[in-house]
Amino acid sequence: MSPADCTGAVSLSNRGSLDEESREWLRCLAGTGREGRGTADRDQALARLHGLLLGAARSELRRRSSVRIEGRERDDLAHQAADDALLAITSKLDRFRGESRFTTWAYKFVILEVSSKLGRHYWRNPPVQADADGWERIPDRFSAGPAEHAESRELAGALRRAVTEALTERQRDIFVAIVVDGIPLDALAAELGSTRNALYKTMFDARRKIRAHLVAHGYLDEKGGES
Amino acid sequence: MNGWQALERFLRTDPQDVGCERAMELLDIYVDAVSKEGADVTERRYPGIAAHLRACGPCGEDFAGLLAALAGDAP
Repeated sequence: MSPADCTGAVSLSNRGSLDEESREWLRCLAGTGREGRGTADRDQALARLHGLLLGAARSELRRRSSVRIEGRERDDLAHQAADDALLAITSKLDRFRGESRFTTWAYKFVILEVSSKLGRHYWRNPPVQADADGWERIPDRFSAGPAEHAESRELAGALRRAVTEALTERQRDIFVAIVVDGIPLDALAAELGSTRNALYKTMFDARRKIRAHLVAHGYLDEKGGES
Repeated sequence: MNGWQALERFLRTDPQDVGCERAMELLDIYVDAVSKEGADVTERRYPGIAAHLRACGPCGEDFAGLLAALAGDAP
């Protein structure tokens, strides 16, 4: 999937292990390929790359089963993801070190843009909850099949106590939003002006503390599984 | 798997887990390694990223998306 034939004698010494296709992309996008053809080659490569990014964004929006966006709205989202990914790629071209193929590196930008845009889009039309108390759905969340009523109540009760007693207020808010209310992590990050990484770390600590609480109270054993 | 086992699996954390930022920084390298050498070899080479992609739904989705994009790109 090369951009065009714009091979030129350009020094790419800091990216010694580059494959030829990636090398060609860089030459074309930098406009340093064939003499007198730099701008034309660059424009052609940008158009080609945008087309690839747009195709990947459309496919990714179709692939994600949780996405409830159709038609023109979905295509607009794909265009926005491709446009923003292209901007990010061209501004960070000097950071590409050739540790992966150029197209893999470039596609990563558009996949991450799709995730980010879906997170923000969630709040335009959030799903309506069937009942006010998400804790009532917790047994379904952690059950592969029809659970015994008594076991379901015990599990939900134990988890709720652990959340209340073991977590900080911030950890509790994040855990309840994601696990009890079912808000996607990227959507919550967009709403709170936070990042996926920050919320994941909060959830990581919360999961560890809840597990320790359930072990200490005899619901789970130390090695894993129920006691 | 009953409810308690599912809950325990969800709560289990892996100390090798590198977090979202590092996993996404290296995702393209990880995906190329999966394409070239297979998932098992890559998981052994990058255990911290593998642990994260197993535990983090959104990053796991991005991983699957990047693999799918490259599969669609193949001649």
